[in-house]
Amino acid sequence: MMSEQLYGQLLNIAVGALLLTAVLILWRRELSAIINVFALQGIALTVLVGLIALEEGSLELGAVAVGVLVLRAGVLPWLLRRALAGAGTTRRETRPLVNVVSSLMVAAGLTLLAYLVSQPLVALDPSPAAHAIPVAMAVVLIGFFVLVTRRLALSQLVGFLLMDNGITAVGFLTTAGIGVVVELGISLDVLLVVLVLQILKTRIREAFGDTDIDDLRELHD
Amino acid sequence: MTALGVTGVVLQLLIVVALSPLLTGMMRQLRARVEGRAGAGIGQPWRDLRKLMRKRPIAPHGTTEVFRVAPVVLVATCLVVVAVAPFVTTASLLDPVADLFAVVALLTLGTVALALAGIDTGTAFGGMGASRESTIIALVEPTLLVAIFALSVPVGSTNLGAIVTATLDDPAQVFSPVSLLAAVALIVVIIAETGRLPVDNPSTHLELTMVHEAMILEYSGPDLAMVELASSMRLTVFLGLLANLFVPWGIATTGQPLLVAVAVLAFVAKVALLGAVLAVGEVFLAKLRLFRVPELLAGSFVLGLLAVGASFFLA
Repeated sequence: MMSEQLYGQLLNIAVGALLLTAVLILWRRELSAIINVFALQGIALTVLVGLIALEEGSLELGAVAVGVLVLRAGVLPWLLRRALAGAGTTRRETRPLVNVVSSLMVAAGLTLLAYLVSQPLVALDPSPAAHAIPVAMAVVLIGFFVLVTRRLALSQLVGFLLMDNGITAVGFLTTAGIGVVVELGISLDVLLVVLVLQILKTRIREAFGDTDIDDLRELHD
Repeated sequence: MTALGVTGVVLQLLIVVALSPLLTGMMRQLRARVEGRAGAGIGQPWRDLRKLMRKRPIAPHGTTEVFRVAPVVLVATCLVVVAVAPFVTTASLLDPVADLFAVVALLTLGTVALALAGIDTGTAFGGMGASRESTIIALVEPTLLVAIFALSVPVGSTNLGAIVTATLDDPAQVFSPVSLLAAVALIVVIIAETGRLPVDNPSTHLELTMVHEAMILEYSGPDLAMVELASSMRLTVFLGLLANLFVPWGIATTGQPLLVAVAVLAFVAKVALLGAVLAVGEVFLAKLRLFRVPELLAGSFVLGLLAVGASFFLA
């Protein structure tokens, strides 16, 4: 086991990285860069779960950490990259509903909101993990914000996954593990949602993507 | 204490004034080599300065004292910051001036003087450069303040020397989300403030994009030499602050000659390393559109703000 102080500090760094990557996803427009940052966030989440597993001395949680790594830093980014490769020319989120500067400011506001909202939770148990709850909550809110303000299907998907990363982080920080079966169920759900949304997105593109260009040609004629 | 303070101030002034043009030269040379050019050599900025110093001072018609005073103000504010900032030693002779707010205000004063000089010339480029620089500085200054303020919250003092000493006492402090977020914010701000890529391109005079170069277009001779020297010194100051706020090891806390010598070497090595990383990194960057710059700076401001938040939440 490691010392309490070291554990607290490493945990803080992990949640700091979680928040940093969430803001970076909001900041960047390049979809490929967003996916890379999302994979990095998966690694930060793995570190977070792994630290809690070490602290609790729980093998079960260790296995969950490996699962988180495979799913959130491996499979999901891979699926997103494949979706991006099939998406044709739209590789940038050029005009989100709220412009980037304002959305960054909103992110700062959301972080403060998360801090205010989770005060009672922190007060229950002043452990390092509880102190990190506001940050994880902020990731949830930022993810939701990305989900509702982006125009492209792929960046909305990233927003959804960002929110899910935040929810997972809150879950582990508050309960120190919610059981392998529950975690497995949630992970499979997320995977399924991504797969379904990917198919839906392809359908949308097939149905409407090409007609745009036809319309342009008609105008030209 | 006072002996160390005096040596520290003298040493810092000597090192920064003598070596900052060399830093610029080193960065240009490195960049040239990476791009496959021969380069002009590390000593070229000093040779340029010597050439400019020998020229006759000329001021354009219609300019006022503002234009003539600006280079002096720029160099003077830089020198004060160099004298008080914790580069070689934390025991500054002018301890109260080594305050976060004082240092940032001094550096901003220099920029404002130059922007006023740009407007004073009455040329289109001077005004354009001044307006762009004002846009950037208005976003840079709060970020700079907020990012360093985040570091000062755990210490409980805005004195730069105190922040550095606290980090020396408790090295684990460097590895916290506060430092992580503040470091990212500070790096972006330093790149913007010193006019490097992707905010401004220091090696061109392209009228559509130039910011710093547009303001100083009318300067020549010794005045230009002072402006050039000051911009090199500002780069050194910012890189030195970045290095010593996050990696303060090697700085002298007592007056032993050996420790001071080590501190000098450590400072030079840290700044040279940061400069090299910046120069090599610039090769791979393209300049950002001017209208995208606020986006970049807003991002770094939010990171700075989050760093302050984290220093309260996670403490």
